[in-house]
Amino acid sequence: MKTTLAWLKTHLETAATLDEIVATLVMRGLEVDGIENRGKDLAPFLVARVVSAEPHPNADKLRLCRVDTGSETVQVVCGAPNARAGMLGVFAPPGATIPKSGLVLKQSTIRGQASNGMLCSAAELGLSDDHQGIIELPEGLPVGRRFAAAMGLDDPILDIKVTPNRGDCLGVRGIARDLAASGLGRLLPLDVSPVPGRFPCPVAVHLAGPDDKACPLFIGRLVRNLRNGPSPRWLQDRLVAIGLRPISALVDITNFVTFDLGRPLHVFDADKLAGDLVVRGARPGESLAALNGRSYALDAGMTVIADDREVLSLGGVIGGESTGCTEATRNVYIEAALFDPVRTAATGRTLQVQSDARYRFERGLDPDFTRPGIEIATRLVLELCGGDPSEVAVSGAVPEWRRSCRFRPARTLSLGGLDLPAAEQRRILTALGCTVNEAGDALAVEPPSWRGDIEGEADLVEEVLRIHGYDHIPAVAPSRDGALPKPALSLAQRRRGFVRRTLASRGLVEAVTFSFMPKKLAELFGAAPASLGVVNPISADLDQMRPSILPNLLQAAQRNADRGQSCAALFELGPQYRDDTPEGQDLVAAGLRVGRTGPKRWDDPGRPVDALLAKADALAALAAAGAAAESLQLVAEAPEWYHPGRAATLRLGPKLLGYFGELHPGVLKEMKVDGPAVGFEVFVDHVPLPRSRRGRAPLKLSPFQPVERDFAFIVEAALPAESLLRAVRGVDRKLVAEVRLFDVYTGTGVEPGKKSLAVTVVLQPEQATLTDEALEAFAQKLIAAVEKATGGTLRR
Amino acid sequence: MESLDHLRDEILRLIRQATSLDALEQARIAILGRKGRVTELMKGLGALEGADRRERGQALNLLKGEAEEAIGHAARRLEDEALRARLAQERVDVSLPVRAEGDGRIHALSQTIDEIVAIFGEMGFSVAEGPDIEDDFHNFAALNIPPEHPARQEQDTFYLPEHRDGGRKVLRTHTSPVQVRTMQSIAPPIRIIVPGRTFRSDHDATHSPMFHQVEGLVIDEATHMGHLKGCLIEFCRAFFDIDDLPVRFRPSYFPFTEPSAEVDIGCSRDGGGLKIGAGGDWLEILGSGMVHPKVLANCGIDPARYQGFAFGMGIERIAMLKYGIPDLRAIYDNDLRWLRHYGFLPLDLPSMTGGLGR
Repeated sequence: MKTTLAWLKTHLETAATLDEIVATLVMRGLEVDGIENRGKDLAPFLVARVVSAEPHPNADKLRLCRVDTGSETVQVVCGAPNARAGMLGVFAPPGATIPKSGLVLKQSTIRGQASNGMLCSAAELGLSDDHQGIIELPEGLPVGRRFAAAMGLDDPILDIKVTPNRGDCLGVRGIARDLAASGLGRLLPLDVSPVPGRFPCPVAVHLAGPDDKACPLFIGRLVRNLRNGPSPRWLQDRLVAIGLRPISALVDITNFVTFDLGRPLHVFDADKLAGDLVVRGARPGESLAALNGRSYALDAGMTVIADDREVLSLGGVIGGESTGCTEATRNVYIEAALFDPVRTAATGRTLQVQSDARYRFERGLDPDFTRPGIEIATRLVLELCGGDPSEVAVSGAVPEWRRSCRFRPARTLSLGGLDLPAAEQRRILTALGCTVNEAGDALAVEPPSWRGDIEGEADLVEEVLRIHGYDHIPAVAPSRDGALPKPALSLAQRRRGFVRRTLASRGLVEAVTFSFMPKKLAELFGAAPASLGVVNPISADLDQMRPSILPNLLQAAQRNADRGQSCAALFELGPQYRDDTPEGQDLVAAGLRVGRTGPKRWDDPGRPVDALLAKADALAALAAAGAAAESLQLVAEAPEWYHPGRAATLRLGPKLLGYFGELHPGVLKEMKVDGPAVGFEVFVDHVPLPRSRRGRAPLKLSPFQPVERDFAFIVEAALPAESLLRAVRGVDRKLVAEVRLFDVYTGTGVEPGKKSLAVTVVLQPEQATLTDEALEAFAQKLIAAVEKATGGTLRR
Repeated sequence: MESLDHLRDEILRLIRQATSLDALEQARIAILGRKGRVTELMKGLGALEGADRRERGQALNLLKGEAEEAIGHAARRLEDEALRARLAQERVDVSLPVRAEGDGRIHALSQTIDEIVAIFGEMGFSVAEGPDIEDDFHNFAALNIPPEHPARQEQDTFYLPEHRDGGRKVLRTHTSPVQVRTMQSIAPPIRIIVPGRTFRSDHDATHSPMFHQVEGLVIDEATHMGHLKGCLIEFCRAFFDIDDLPVRFRPSYFPFTEPSAEVDIGCSRDGGGLKIGAGGDWLEILGSGMVHPKVLANCGIDPARYQGFAFGMGIERIAMLKYGIPDLRAIYDNDLRWLRHYGFLPLDLPSMTGGLGR
């Protein structure tokens, strides 16, 4: 919502400065988005007379002008076709900054002739797009005067952000009213007296909306024998200042009343109407060629105004071309109506029409201002275009807007935190237009017709606080129960932090990627159900909720590789989606390592990443989440986006905890990612929480010396190492404290198809030091157990 | 009897002359070994009687002690020499680059969320959560945003396909639906914050289709606007670590709060750069207000008895302001150079007792 300071002052008598007004608006909830002070930018430009304009001796298209600037006469070289002797123009002296280009004007020589300034076009001054020629000012302006002041352009423009509840401030008068209530001046009276009609209105209106709410009130009036033409300067200037294009007096009047008073109107060329008007729901198949040059297909639920022939206008949204007013219009029918905010919003949204009328109707108009609106508009029409007004014809009635809210002034303290005398609260509410009466232990407050947003006590508390000032509410430090806060995070939530920081401490860099991805990618990683497709994606490659985080990490890794950052090691802790229910969202820690373990170094040549690196990451994440590695089951199979022979699934009993492994080369190829790449996905929230809060198990430390013995076995090459380790551990669970695999070997000395696995076994006796005999007996038992479990034989 | 003086000189010379630990050992054997000079003389003591024997024995013991001490001294000297000689040979190029450990980083958004949790945790808030995919009731209707409400049009909502029953899920446009879920599931007093992902169909230099918000909700029988101010002023000052940070509350409008306030913090824009702190200018950072009685009623809480405040702020925005991150889009680009530059070390865990940062 834009206004100028001078416009505001047509409603508000005030001695306040611009700064005071702006500060007050901001602290009353009318945020000032911008202040455009054109007077400042246009300060150097002067009204000047072109004394003579002769051809330039060295250029066909240029002229030598002698320009009277009020204090001297200077020579200016000018290329404008309309520069001529005697005209009044806008002169820019050397040193002036041209608003459009930001360039500082200098004295110059053009084709051998001195040019001591410039005659400006409207485009150069940023006033319009017109760069056809220089500005021709009307006669009568004093030469040498500042151009902005002479033309009334030094009036600052305020751009005010009006919140959706304050439809009453979508007119300049509403803003003035709030300022007056805030003690910043006096609201000037508005002449809303009726314009006497000279004849009955001949246009009949029938309200036939689908229900009473669609259009409860429709007021019309004919003005005959008028002359439509350009509107006067003051009106054009105001419209231009707030960014509107002057069209003709009749149209400009409707725009002016819309912005001045927040009351949209519509004008029909009465000679183009056929028969009575009817306000009704649109019928399927109907369309409207609208004033903006576009055609709209209408459907039921949209409120239209039609005559005997066709739809003329979309109520509260936009008028039609066929009955639009032109300079030839002699008879005009003025409409001031009330349309249902909900329907108006829906119609505008369906047809994608943004109009100043729709913007106001959907935020709610002052229902009691319909009649004053049309009287004010009529007076303007008579003033600017002449003509004979009819009586007003009122169809329907002003809907009941009066309502009483119970208000306890004590709530301003108990809800608003502000201790303010009740009398002052009553004064504020009254100043805002409310009627305030005693009602037992409370007040009965009746909000004014323009404040449809005030519905209850909380709204009234806000009004009191708003006008008195939020600044005056004392801040109270929040208290809490007891001296110590409870932990902000539950155990499950804390675990995520452990996982995040564990992965980062392993050299993985945390990424944050979008929850959506291209559908095609989602299909590569499990599933892209229709129920998780985004209907209105921001772009085609963000159209599916992600079933896995890995594709996003892969894309990020490749983007990095393309920028020369190879060997990405990334992880993300975030959601992925199975279905659209609250339970269908899983929290996953996913990680990715691409290329090599690192760049080659003097002490470490590095190596290609492999599945076991991802396994280590996955196990670390799970351990951080509370699942110890030794309690997990590992199955050598994984979803299809992993390498079939180099990936596995991790489980804890029936619970799926995650996957790790090399990513499928086919998937990488499809995604154009340079491999190899290994990754993991861990379902952090699947790790069960402990049933009770237990202490640690008691620690028993043996006083006897532990003994280490090494064994090597020849086993089948395909044998999982874990089955041998399990067999060794199982020989004597009390005695075997630790089993370490220290060598995996194939090659010379081991027959093809076999491999050698070598382990260190740590024995920890608890009763007595191990004797040689006991050690020997253990070794024999171990060899037999391994042979039985794996078919392996001791390597000799 | 033969004097021991001569022998003593000889022994000490022998020890002195040993130039290595091996030679010293040979000397020790020659003096104190089983057939050493002193040992042999000790053996001869048996042939003496009375005072002679005692006198001779004492003298020999003295000599032996003297020899042992001299050998000890010599050994230490020789060991020192040997170590010095070894160390003179041993060298490592200390200028060699070492392995860079712990190249991992925590994302600036995660760190910021941890900081927010640390501050509000200290004020007695706990962290609540809810799904990213929401229904109309939780995201809009319960929050007093009916279908054609202008506020709904201003939030560019992402929709999922229509269900058979005509309803359609949305990607939550704010974290506020978790207010609703919390009020529906637990009884007051309530004091929660909700950091999480949010989605709006807007993509330009200052908008990302996915971003993060943190929601706050306090419901009890006495919390009023003054508490809202106190809580948020404390938060802003702690988060930005500026004790005198100006914080301003301006009337505004949100469908789910009444009264509503937007919150600005002080800043200065002198010299083109933006600096948070007292400086005459203001920067909007969050929206807040007293929970609308209709919202309480929609969530099954008696608005005649309970009241409280709610707030919501963009996490990206405050992270960018605090850490000087210039470009929103870079936050989701995951350029490793960016992640390392703006990221945090894994052990930098923010807390109010330990401080929010280094």
